[in-house]
Amino acid sequence: MATINVDIVSAEGEIFSGEARMVYAPAQMGEVGIAPRHAPLLSALNPGEVRIEGTDGKEQGFYITGGMLEVQPHQVTILADTALRGDQLDEAAALAAKQDAEAALKGASGETDLRRAQAELAEAEARFRATQKLKGKR
Amino acid sequence: MAGEKEIRSKIASVKNMQKITSAMEKVAASKIRKAQIQMEASRPYAERIRRVIGHLSHANPDYKHPYLTEREVKRVGYIIISTDRGLCGGLNVNLFKQVIGEMAKWQEQNVQVDLALVGAKAVQFFRRIGGNVLGSATHLGDKPAINDLLGSIKVMLDAYEEGRIDRLYLVNNEFVSAMSQKPVVTTLLPVSQIDLGDESLQDHWDYIYEPDAGELLDDVLMRYIESQVYRGTVENFASEMAAKMVAMKSATDNAGEIIDNLQLKYNKARQAAITQEISEIVGGAAAVSG
Repeated sequence: MATINVDIVSAEGEIFSGEARMVYAPAQMGEVGIAPRHAPLLSALNPGEVRIEGTDGKEQGFYITGGMLEVQPHQVTILADTALRGDQLDEAAALAAKQDAEAALKGASGETDLRRAQAELAEAEARFRATQKLKGKR
Repeated sequence: MAGEKEIRSKIASVKNMQKITSAMEKVAASKIRKAQIQMEASRPYAERIRRVIGHLSHANPDYKHPYLTEREVKRVGYIIISTDRGLCGGLNVNLFKQVIGEMAKWQEQNVQVDLALVGAKAVQFFRRIGGNVLGSATHLGDKPAINDLLGSIKVMLDAYEEGRIDRLYLVNNEFVSAMSQKPVVTTLLPVSQIDLGDESLQDHWDYIYEPDAGELLDDVLMRYIESQVYRGTVENFASEMAAKMVAMKSATDNAGEIIDNLQLKYNKARQAAITQEISEIVGGAAAVSG
């Protein structure tokens, strides 16, 4: 029986890799079932379950929070998101990052004092070098 | 000469310090391994996504995504990845030096710089010297999650889309080996032309797109940038642990040397005390018998 190679990867690591008879994925336009020799397809995925029917006929399920699906005749790749996404959630994350920065840098000037930075770094470097030298001398 | 007792307590305290530094060295060494595995794990995703971008931009050459088009540079953005904790030698200092060098160059050309900071050390540094910081993320822990980075990335991507910055760079330490790390600056935006060198593009087949190619390209490009920043963060973490291991090793060695010196001093002090005692006894005996 024909099989199709399936890879589920996320930015943080590989989730699944192996052969399957059939793959079901929650595509944005509705669930799709992919059999071997499916036409090339590229689709966004909704949060939901990806089911893989293995070569032994057993089904395996993976919950994904969204992502992308790429289908080639003998290869299915699912680029899974590691976090729930959505415009509002993304906006909220961006806002949180902004607030973090504002709170952490309260009172700091918006202009970078390059001279001071260079002086400080030179000093830190010299100190670091000095400790390195100290080691050789003793 | 210092008293025996003082020297003895000094030796004890240095020994305690040595225990701590050598423990930190071992912890760092074991974390390097884990961080390297994490680095490896993020690679297949990045490769896949590059391929998909290649396909997409090839499939609809008319659709010019802003992320793919070069524009005149009036203002630039930097995402700077530093460590959360210190005691890692010159790692952060070298990175900041690189950044400051770049910033000085832009300043000469009258180009403003916006920043997004990852890691507590960068936040501390720029709080002291000032800078236009749009977003920050700190305390990512031992296993940086992409989730914690999304906000800071989004802030910069928004700035780019709205035309507030015309280029986006990523600065992080590259993990060359356990002994060597060096700061690198990568251009995130505009995405440099992705060359696939893939024969299949010459063929006539194309994907079926759902919903449509343009929208998919938006999504994929965003995730591509995110995965790049994530990779940088993980790589920087591996570098941090490597630098920490080396720094702690030399601290442990230094402590060993200090202990040796103190031990010598202690022995001398002890000898001197004994000699003095004997000469006192001999002197006393001589006085009595004399």
